[in-house]
Amino acid sequence: MFTEENLKKLEALKKQYPTSRALTLPALWLAQEQFGWLSEDTMKYVAEQISVPFNHVYSVASFYTMYNKKPVGKFHIQVCTNISCQLLDSEKMVEFICTKLGVKKNEITSDGKYSVSEVECLGSCGTAPVLQINDDYHEKLTAENIESIIQSTSR
Amino acid sequence: MKNYRLQLMVCAGTGCVSNHSFEIKDALEKEIEKQNLQNEAQVVLTGCNGFCGAGPLLVVQPDGIFYQLLKTTDIPLLVQEHLIKGRPVKKLLYTPPEEKIPIPKMMDIPFFSDQTLIALRNRGLIDPENIEDYIARGGYKALAKVLTSMTPDEVLAEIKASGLRGRGGGGFPTGVKWETCKRAHGDEKYVICNADEGDPGAFMDRSIIEGDPHAVIEGMIIGAYAIENVRQGYIYVRMEYPLAIKRFQIAIKQAREYGLLGENIFDKGFNFDIEVRRGAGAFVCGESTALMASIEGRPGEPRAKYIHTVEKGLWERPTCLNNVETWVNVPQIILKGSKWFTSIGTGDVSIDPWGGSKGTKVFSLAGKVNNTGLVEVPMGITLREIIYIIGGGIRDGKKFKAVQTGGPSGGFIPESMLDLTVDFEELTKVGSMMGSGGMVVTDEGNCMVDMAKYFLKFTQDESCGKCIPCREGTKRMLDILEKITNGDGTEEDLILLEELSNMIVESSLCALGGSAPNPVLTTLKYFREEYEAHVNDKKCPARICCQLNTYTIDEKICLEIGHGCDVCKKYCPDGAIIGEIKKVHYIDPAKCSKCGACYDVCNFNAVNIQ
Repeated sequence: MFTEENLKKLEALKKQYPTSRALTLPALWLAQEQFGWLSEDTMKYVAEQISVPFNHVYSVASFYTMYNKKPVGKFHIQVCTNISCQLLDSEKMVEFICTKLGVKKNEITSDGKYSVSEVECLGSCGTAPVLQINDDYHEKLTAENIESIIQSTSR
Repeated sequence: MKNYRLQLMVCAGTGCVSNHSFEIKDALEKEIEKQNLQNEAQVVLTGCNGFCGAGPLLVVQPDGIFYQLLKTTDIPLLVQEHLIKGRPVKKLLYTPPEEKIPIPKMMDIPFFSDQTLIALRNRGLIDPENIEDYIARGGYKALAKVLTSMTPDEVLAEIKASGLRGRGGGGFPTGVKWETCKRAHGDEKYVICNADEGDPGAFMDRSIIEGDPHAVIEGMIIGAYAIENVRQGYIYVRMEYPLAIKRFQIAIKQAREYGLLGENIFDKGFNFDIEVRRGAGAFVCGESTALMASIEGRPGEPRAKYIHTVEKGLWERPTCLNNVETWVNVPQIILKGSKWFTSIGTGDVSIDPWGGSKGTKVFSLAGKVNNTGLVEVPMGITLREIIYIIGGGIRDGKKFKAVQTGGPSGGFIPESMLDLTVDFEELTKVGSMMGSGGMVVTDEGNCMVDMAKYFLKFTQDESCGKCIPCREGTKRMLDILEKITNGDGTEEDLILLEELSNMIVESSLCALGGSAPNPVLTTLKYFREEYEAHVNDKKCPARICCQLNTYTIDEKICLEIGHGCDVCKKYCPDGAIIGEIKKVHYIDPAKCSKCGACYDVCNFNAVNIQ
């Protein structure tokens, strides 16, 4: 169920979008912001809220990679492994982070705090390699600063 | 407005922010207050300066003194020396690689002095979250000129005469596109700004939006006026760019408050508004029909363009879609005139709109080059000038191998072609393309087969799956490349790769599939010997493709210099390293999975790759 605030946001969005289908992407974002990820039940709920068939919502949610179809950690670490970062060893950074946190790619730590995934170009190629923790960018990664970046989240 | 003796422009682009430029700003303000200089010096947050590799950055105006790689601990010294005593702090200035004397002034640094700024003209000079800064730099003047003294047809004629071509990659003449949309039937039309910059290695659009969002908005309003019957515009931004989305939202709100968006703009009875639409992580949404599908709330799959989007686009209505950089050029062309614009660049566009490349192009320079960041250069400059003069050459004194332009749709250009001039036609001729402007430099340590494999993996991941050539063809190509890098490739595979590439180019539904084989085709063409080494000799000349390598430990170095440090054993995931601390270590070839971890962790270079 959406919070009262999000229901208000959704109502405001409805006025801005000419068709209910066009609302699918923003409504899913709203749901992901609230629940952290999109379960099938959440998708069904979103479909009801914006009056479109569930299969439409499902097709959209499954097409776009940034909708989480599995739960993610409180701190979702997304490492860019596109070319500029790859040239500067980002794949090893992913391995390093996974080893450090004792977690596999696309899975969450047992305490639910961290999850690690690879993402496409974050557009910080001039300061590669880069990772994003939730919405925050961290650039020019090295083994040392990754440690302190991860530590800073636990404060 | 209050006047200050000094203005301290702190870069607040994503690169510098992630390197703590906000902390630099706070430290500066605190120190300025401590020294009682708050009436003399002002700290301003600006958009991306462009020299991203050296952030956080600070430029002290009016003299344009450039500081780089700042730490909060440097600030008291900087304020003491520069602000009070008027002496720039040498150790914080930029020094070119392999030289000793620093260059204090920003405009004397080759990275900046060889650039020509149109799209980036406000970079580092304005606060992107303040519309008045933009107006003070001549912002919305072009809009005023258009609405008060030009008819829509005159605006269109000016853009057509300028020869401006789409900066998103295709290079389609902007004026021709506008005109077709204008002529299309329909009393409700749309303009769209494509800010779904997904090419790996490209970040021009992000920096433009973050540094100068109003310029995009102004360009779109002018476009809407020229095309006519346009009341709504959309900016489609990829969700990976949270700061860009925020800056656009702020800018649109301010423009509405100033009456530059909304009803009856400039009291001329012209109504137009813009809204931001967020993507959700799909590379293919950079393709125009896929992008429109996404705005309509559907999965972003392209459609065949028998009927162009300028006729039937968003919600089946005529739609004019241009890239961020294209829109940003529009106000400048209106202000300075098409004649000025055509004086920059190559060829002649007076008869044939495809006859030349006019104006400038923004490139994001990344990879193994000394100065990474954003550069804007006149069309017609050579690749060599961009990489060696502006980019400052290759990192760590290594040898240049190839430059990749145009992202996954482009190709690799070898050293023999570095004197190629940058324009739409020249780059296409050699099998690459201008693309959106990503420029990734590789050096001798990179394997071209591996690079091609990387791009294929990307297009394979990002293929929307609608058409078979792209969905299945890129998968087969990737399989073959994997076979080659694993040492199982044959001569026939190379022929098959070429055949498959040509098939995909000819039969894919959209341009993304149609250009996906370019990285493979260009590397096969210019670096065939590397493929042959993988296939015939089962060797990777750059020693990147691990499965083709044999790892051994140099006993002498291991024992005498490293004293059997045991680090490799700790990191070996296969338990393939035999040995104890202070004794010689060996690799058991039967257990070794050739991952290369030992080579990476050895501090004494005792691990050999053959």
